[in-house]
Amino acid sequence: MGDILQLVLKRLGLGLVTLLVVSILIFFAVELLPGDIAEAVLGQGATPETVAALRDKLGLDQPAILRYLQWLGGALTGDFGVSLVSGVSVGDAIGERFVNTLFLATYAAVIAVPISIILGVIVALLRNTLFDRVANVATLTSISSPEFFLGYILILYLAVKTQYFPAIASISPDMTFGELLHRTFLPALTLVLVVTAHMMRMTRAAIINLLASPYIEMARLKGVPPWKIIVKHALPNAWAPIINVVALNLAYLITGVVLVEVVFVYPGIGQLLVDAVAKRDFPIVQACCLIFAATFILLNLAADVGAILTNPRLRHPK
Amino acid sequence: MVPKKDVLLEIKDLRIEGYSDEKWVEIVHGVDLTLHKGEVLGLIGESGAGKSTIGLASMGFARDGCRISGGSIEFDGMELTTTPESALRALRGSRIAYVAQSAAASFNPSHKIIDQHTEAPIQYRIQKRVEAQEDAMQLYERLRLPNPDEIGFRYPHQVSGGQLQRAMTAMAMACRPDLIIFDEPTTALDVTTQIEVLAAIRDIVDQFNTAAIYITHDLAVVAQMADTIKVLLKGEEVEEAPTAQMLDSPKEDYTKSLWAVRSFKRPQKQRPTGADAIPIISVQGIDAAYGQTKVLDDVSFDVYPGMTVAVVGESGSGKSTTARCITGLLPPTKGQILFNGEALPPRYQDRSKEQLRQAQMIYQMADTALNPKIRICDIIGRPAQFYSGLHGTALKSRVDELLDLIELDPAKFYNRYPPELSGGQKQRVGIARALAADPKFIICDEVTSALDQLVAEGILKLLDRLQQEFNLAYMFITHDLATVRSIADEVVVMQRGKVVEQGPKDEMFTPPHHPYTDLLLSSVPEMDPNWLTTLLDERGTDAIGEAANV
Repeated sequence: MGDILQLVLKRLGLGLVTLLVVSILIFFAVELLPGDIAEAVLGQGATPETVAALRDKLGLDQPAILRYLQWLGGALTGDFGVSLVSGVSVGDAIGERFVNTLFLATYAAVIAVPISIILGVIVALLRNTLFDRVANVATLTSISSPEFFLGYILILYLAVKTQYFPAIASISPDMTFGELLHRTFLPALTLVLVVTAHMMRMTRAAIINLLASPYIEMARLKGVPPWKIIVKHALPNAWAPIINVVALNLAYLITGVVLVEVVFVYPGIGQLLVDAVAKRDFPIVQACCLIFAATFILLNLAADVGAILTNPRLRHPK
Repeated sequence: MVPKKDVLLEIKDLRIEGYSDEKWVEIVHGVDLTLHKGEVLGLIGESGAGKSTIGLASMGFARDGCRISGGSIEFDGMELTTTPESALRALRGSRIAYVAQSAAASFNPSHKIIDQHTEAPIQYRIQKRVEAQEDAMQLYERLRLPNPDEIGFRYPHQVSGGQLQRAMTAMAMACRPDLIIFDEPTTALDVTTQIEVLAAIRDIVDQFNTAAIYITHDLAVVAQMADTIKVLLKGEEVEEAPTAQMLDSPKEDYTKSLWAVRSFKRPQKQRPTGADAIPIISVQGIDAAYGQTKVLDDVSFDVYPGMTVAVVGESGSGKSTTARCITGLLPPTKGQILFNGEALPPRYQDRSKEQLRQAQMIYQMADTALNPKIRICDIIGRPAQFYSGLHGTALKSRVDELLDLIELDPAKFYNRYPPELSGGQKQRVGIARALAADPKFIICDEVTSALDQLVAEGILKLLDRLQQEFNLAYMFITHDLATVRSIADEVVVMQRGKVVEQGPKDEMFTPPHHPYTDLLLSSVPEMDPNWLTTLLDERGTDAIGEAANV
């Protein structure tokens, strides 16, 4: 187990380096946006004096590298600066939004991951039957449709025509948990529809890939029933690719929700990012991008560790 | 005459079809087979003879892409071809069991050995888990596995190949079946390990009076195991006879050719003498390690131009690692390698094109060593282009010339892809690829191990001819001592990363030997049906147990 801890620490270290590189990319990408930041922030009401004052306040006359180092220094101590538009600290502006996004992502993941894996196992067992084809077509259709389109369809049928669920997922802190789940069901369902196909198809492919193995033939020749062959003999050896796809989809649930949040007017980090980009609120943009990058790095790390933990050769060394 | 009631399995006019090129093709053409209770039948033939297919069919099983298309399979009064799948499943594991060729691949890596052993007895409600585990331990003890109380609780990768193969035989015995199909159970093992497994299988089949179908391509092995031998060729029976009779007086020409296959032997060459005679490759005291594990310890030997040095030893003895050091894939931690008297840089990255060109390699598995998506002409043409800078028509005529050398018709093979070729043809392409660089030294890593005996003999003859024509030096890595006998000039015996003995072939095959060489030589099965019994008597059971723990 010591080896795994060492590996995790090593990968975490590498992850931090990646994050540093990403922070450089983000900072200078924002720098590259056309136009003067101060003018963009102040908008049409800008006078030369106010523009000059803001430039001075933001230190825009200093070289970019110096400003990057200042920003990085602040970020390392947890201070991501102040929102240019609202004036509140970036930490405060993002904090609650990020919690909301995490809530929605968890909600969708808790539904989608078990469903996709169980469906994957079932279609592997019933491969090349009608059920397999229908499941494949259905999930492929849902993944191929743009998510805003899926969202509007769900709103049309589950909110407008039947009124089972609210069309707008506005939430407030004083809601009970049950209410919260009810309010956010449609965006969560949209996300489930988007991510299920990948995970289900990978589960199916990973299992079917193993069915030609000698140990599966051995199990068949021992008289093991088909469902047990899939669940007991194939699935335990198929976890590594499945875990990787699950991790990628979980990352998508956090970083790719912009459209879904906009459609359902859900106060998450995606919407915040879109607003911030439009208003040139670059401290917020930078912080959001860093969070997204960190999410990807952490989930990929988790997938690697998960893949190792499911490999008996690594779990039980000689 | 054995009375009819003792018949356990009766196959009549069995026909099996395989699906290829979008149509069903018959691969087994009407084979009959009768097996009595407690009898062991040896099925023998080259690959493609349908041995495994027939073996599986006697369990009512056809691999994916195959189907039983005709004939009858009657097992203990039950017609398997018309029995529904669920009833067949109930037979498998309980009354008919299967032992596969590679135990390492056929045990599920995710479960402990004993859990896989007890799966069938628990499923058939023959035993409760605890009983089944106790029974497993007793079987492990009978099969002379070390630590029988503990070994089952390990995962397959924590146990050696020979031990796994015995554990698989124990697993087949779990429900005390009436019939066991042994599908090449020792083919993947070293000769020394093979003996233990053969002895264990024979013991346990005798003890429980189990009938068995023993599938192999190795005549000497089947001679030890079977009461009756059936020879197959391309899905048809050639002949069947009791073992002794079959060995003494085979009737059919094909059987006779199988019996005579190890006849190829070329004269042994002597090392050149004199001051100007320097070895083409001189390995001088190299050590090598994978990470912290030391795998080579002070290995030294010389290979002279035009000569063949066979490096023999069990798997894990460091034969292939030595080859990796010579090619520069694995830099040695100590010692050096001289080429024509000049030291080679340890890493291949630091070697010149000329140095790389001189030493080429031919691999064991031609299947995986050739890229299936690249045409033969490009596989062979690439090194010719890279090392000799040939282009256009010069390149084409060089490839044609190489194809001629390996006895493949350029007009037919130039534009084909590896998957369209037979195993022997692929290995020939592997040889041509090595030759294309115009080397002086070729490492042949188990080049005939994956091939049938007749095909392997053809490859050996080809290698010999090429050696004479181009004065090539070979380092011939093998665990097959029969191959060594036919082509080697000198022999290097390796064990656990060390050279235990080396010298000219004649000396190595005449006593006295190093004890390990002796063990290797005496472990090679002979055609005499009493060979195994005699050997076991000579060695005593202790010796076997000792070898088992190596």
